[in-house]
Amino acid sequence: MNPFAYQRVEAPDAALHAIAAQNAKFLGGGTNLVDLMKDGVETPSMLIDINHIGLNKVLANANGATIGALVRNSDLANDPNIITHYPLLSHALLSGASPQLRNMATTGGNLMQRTRCFYFMDTAFPACNKRVPGSGCAAINGFNRIHAILGQTDEGATSAHTCIATNPSDMNVALSALDATVEIQGPKGKRTLPFSEFHRLPGKTPELDTNLHSGELIVAVTLPPSKFAKNSWYLKVRDRQSYAFALVSVAAGLEMDGDTIKSAGLALGGVAHKPWRSLEAEHALTGKPATTETFQRAAELAVAGAKPHEHNAFKVELAKQSIVRALTQASKGVEA
Amino acid sequence: MMQNQTSPTPKGQLEHRYDGIAKVTGKAKYAAEFTEPFPKKDLVYAYIVQSTIPSGSLASIDQKEAERAFGVIAVLTPFNAPQLTSAKPHNLSILQDADVHYNGQPIAVVLATSLPFARHAARLLKIQYNSQPAKLNFMGRLAEARLPKQGGKEQPGTQRGDLASSMTKATVTVDETYITPIQNHNPMEPHATIAWWEGEKLNVYDATQYISGVKMSLSRILNLPLENVRVQCPYTGGGFGCKGTAWSHVVLAAMAAKIVQKPVKIVLERDQMFGPVGARPTTVNKIKIGADAGGRIVGIQHDAIMHTSVMDDFVERSAGPSRMLYNSEANSATEKMVDMNLGMGTYMRAPGEATGTAVLEIAMDELAHKLNMDPVQLRLVNYAETDPSRDRPFSSKHLRECYTQAADRFGWSKRNSQPRQNSEGHKLIGYGMATATYPANRSAATAVVRILPNGHAFVGCGTQDIGTGMYTIMAQTAAAALGLDPTLVEARLGDSTLPKAPVSGGSQSTASVLPAIDVAAKQAKLKLSQLAIQDSRSPLYNAKDTDLDTKDGRVFLRSNPSTGESFTALLTRNGSQSIEAEGSAQPAADKASMTTQSFGAVFAEVAVDKDTHMVQVRRVVGTYDIGTLMNNKTGLNQLMGGIVWGVGFALHEETVIDPVYGRTVNESFADYHVPVNADIGDIDVSVLNIPDTKFNPLGSRGIGEIGITGAAAAVANAIYNATGKRVRHYPITPDKIMQA
Ligand SMILES: Cc1cc2nc3c(=O)[nH]c(=O)nc-3n(C[C@H](O)[C@H](O)[C@H](O)COP(=O)(O)OP(=O)(O)OC[C@H]3O[C@@H](n4cnc5c(N)ncnc54)[C@H](O)[C@@H]3O)c2cc1C
Ligand code: SF4
Repeated sequence: MNPFAYQRVEAPDAALHAIAAQNAKFLGGGTNLVDLMKDGVETPSMLIDINHIGLNKVLANANGATIGALVRNSDLANDPNIITHYPLLSHALLSGASPQLRNMATTGGNLMQRTRCFYFMDTAFPACNKRVPGSGCAAINGFNRIHAILGQTDEGATSAHTCIATNPSDMNVALSALDATVEIQGPKGKRTLPFSEFHRLPGKTPELDTNLHSGELIVAVTLPPSKFAKNSWYLKVRDRQSYAFALVSVAAGLEMDGDTIKSAGLALGGVAHKPWRSLEAEHALTGKPATTETFQRAAELAVAGAKPHEHNAFKVELAKQSIVRALTQASKGVEA
Repeated sequence: MMQNQTSPTPKGQLEHRYDGIAKVTGKAKYAAEFTEPFPKKDLVYAYIVQSTIPSGSLASIDQKEAERAFGVIAVLTPFNAPQLTSAKPHNLSILQDADVHYNGQPIAVVLATSLPFARHAARLLKIQYNSQPAKLNFMGRLAEARLPKQGGKEQPGTQRGDLASSMTKATVTVDETYITPIQNHNPMEPHATIAWWEGEKLNVYDATQYISGVKMSLSRILNLPLENVRVQCPYTGGGFGCKGTAWSHVVLAAMAAKIVQKPVKIVLERDQMFGPVGARPTTVNKIKIGADAGGRIVGIQHDAIMHTSVMDDFVERSAGPSRMLYNSEANSATEKMVDMNLGMGTYMRAPGEATGTAVLEIAMDELAHKLNMDPVQLRLVNYAETDPSRDRPFSSKHLRECYTQAADRFGWSKRNSQPRQNSEGHKLIGYGMATATYPANRSAATAVVRILPNGHAFVGCGTQDIGTGMYTIMAQTAAAALGLDPTLVEARLGDSTLPKAPVSGGSQSTASVLPAIDVAAKQAKLKLSQLAIQDSRSPLYNAKDTDLDTKDGRVFLRSNPSTGESFTALLTRNGSQSIEAEGSAQPAADKASMTTQSFGAVFAEVAVDKDTHMVQVRRVVGTYDIGTLMNNKTGLNQLMGGIVWGVGFALHEETVIDPVYGRTVNESFADYHVPVNADIGDIDVSVLNIPDTKFNPLGSRGIGEIGITGAAAAVANAIYNATGKRVRHYPITPDKIMQA
């Protein structure tokens, strides 16, 4: 770990003021940042502890929700109004990490957590464009079982653009399907980003995970009126029953009108550099009967254009099967 | 009498672990936790720097900046470390040359006043390499496999009968290849050493399974008289084989302590557990089994190829069980290896038997299926009454009872022999079984027993308790022989000044140490009796020692138990001195005339999700023939732990090596998966508890390793029964099931 300064701030304005320092970072629950600092992947010269700035409330009802950036994952997952109106979010959160980690992890930190790409997390690997821009991508010729099949940049192992990492969060997949909005406060004031524009695809700048600018603070996540409270499902496929990142995950929400789907939210985790929301699949579900055929069609559309690598070809088929299953469960109702 | 988790604690056994309270209250000190007898403020923290290339040599290490960093005391590299005068062990990396044999090899040590300072300074080293092409492709180089060398000699494998001609009698044949991955031990307590010198005397606290082995290694490598080395380890937080030998960090701690003239502590980080301290090698097993229409096996051929480190050979004998588990007219088994630029292989819980049963027992399941025969029946048809590999009897074998009893407890008769017939909603349900086996090993050991004037007793032995329950059964055994309540016995181990015991490996400690304690305690009892009969004030004055017995802390006339006195009365009157005796025991003289082996039967039920292909192991039932069970709680716990590991072997564990850089990619508990609570369903273990007194007088065989054997295959076979998909490559992850 590099030497660093530590400053505790008591209000969002103070946090914004402090972050202006060279190479400073906000400290949320620290469950991702501190691990990466110990291993020399992140080397901030200063940590600004934002755990005492407030922003730790959940306001939720059928007409929407505002989730403070410092709300712990456990508190959010167990909030009675979230469970009632946005069960998909609760379900996704509870399938992530472990109780101890969720007790520490914050909403803002979870949005910002970095990829679990092995080559990013171990500085002994010389090539990683995300960690050292321009160094290449060790995952291309390496062990890429956990990597992306959609939206990634693969211009070869030595290209500065290549990155096939995935966003590891479960919460983000649910927020994506729920069409959330991220509220941001920066030196120039407040702004919002639709969830689909918050995380980035690697494009030609794999070092950037999100469109949050340096010096900006996430203050809240808001949700539109709840449509999927009755029919949603979060399905996480992983290598063990608990405490493992998703190989593939699916957040599925259906607004039903009898047996007909009135509207749908569908996003995949573990397949791309950002939560992979498929508007094509959502359109294909809309107005259709909730049948296996409908779901299979949506599944095909959701993974259309997938390009697997040496060790992750299974994800294409697994994602399709998982989508059909998640939609089937969702259509049966939350209690299914 | 059979024992299982619900049996009451038998008389004479401690109900609770001897060290249970010390452990849960944090009073039990592990190697890294000591802050005495040296001044705590003197403690120097060492961080091991590892190579980042797989093959080549160090060109230079610029350490100026690191040395200037805050808190840094010294940086040791091959360019400045003291050269040893002894022969250099080629399986260790102790800064004696600049060669790099694998990615992650120790290449320098940073010493500082705190661990964070040391870690930070390690990042400031500027290391230059001369890289060489590395041997990293295993599967592509199987054709290069060679025979292993041990003690300089090639190990050619074993042949019995005429395989080719026997195989012509087969009406059914299975001929498949089965793969097990590299695995790393990862006990909860990582390796840790504190070393300090008192003049020419070296002391270490070391997390180890073998204090005497560490003592011998340090003496040999550092050229010290044996008596100048003391090794202590009162508690070991798991070992599983990786703590069976002294790895590089132990020597480095001692070297560094000498240089800085202060106590030096090295604790390996979790990621440093992947490479420098041994691994279970990957194995590729080509298995061919032929049987006649009645299921009688006519031939077994098992050719195993494993990886080994370019530094030295280690053989994972995965063909071992194929030599002896079943009768077969002809048998051929070989083990070969392919050199790789990776860290050393080493013993890992049931080395050979864990991998061997994992693969052979799938092949047996495939054979049963082809024969349309019940898998248990197939094993009974080929039951080996005597050891077919060495043509000699077993000291005691009751595997048949294990099959019957475990099948009964499991409800095997409800199994549908056709796969993919049993489902509940989205889940496919399957049953599978396998045979478990592990040899019963035993070595010479010595122990000391003291009867104290306050009516308590002391038992000491230079063995280790690696979480297995050694303290508990030491106290019990001394108590039983002395005629004392076991709660009155103090047990001490883990100090090389105590009488010598073997490595806590090979499941041999119970069978080695307890007979020695039994001898020592009986000797102490005899001395006590003699004291009584020579003491004119004793009611036993002038009696014959052979007429005396002890019970509940009293020595008395066997023919008239009311004539006698308490140990306390006798010893107090005689100057309040304790009575002490040493005792030794060694393997039976006729041990070459028989095979001593434990057996078991494991049954598993799995539920496999039709869409996600995730596997849940709902139930495992295991019944074992392991001789006398010495303590219900600690013994059944170990068997259960072995089964849990078997589930992990089947479904989760795998060390993945990057094909380009040769470095472990998943060197953390987030990525190296072992089972979590949610992965483990009900586990029912029972033991037949039939004493094997031909093996040792107490009738107990070891239980540390057998639990993992067979369990992986039972799960694999259950997955086949559930899904109709045969996965022959561990671990059986959802993607493999989907693609099978
Ligand atoms: C072993 C392990 C297993 C895990 N398993 C899972 C899993 O299965 N599923 C899953 O989804 N997650 C999993 N996680 C990840 C976990 O969810 C994240 O570590 C956690 O959500 C991060 O939140 P935090 O508050 O601790 O973030 P921190 O570590 O404090 O911060 C992370 C990043 O966010 C930035 N940040 C924090 N708050 C703000 C803010 N308000 N505005 C701007 N930037 C901010 C920090 O500067 C930092 O860069 C796992 C983690 C571990 C260690
Ligand atoms: S996939 Fe991305 S994060 Fe991983 S090594 Fe390549 S560039 Fe780095």
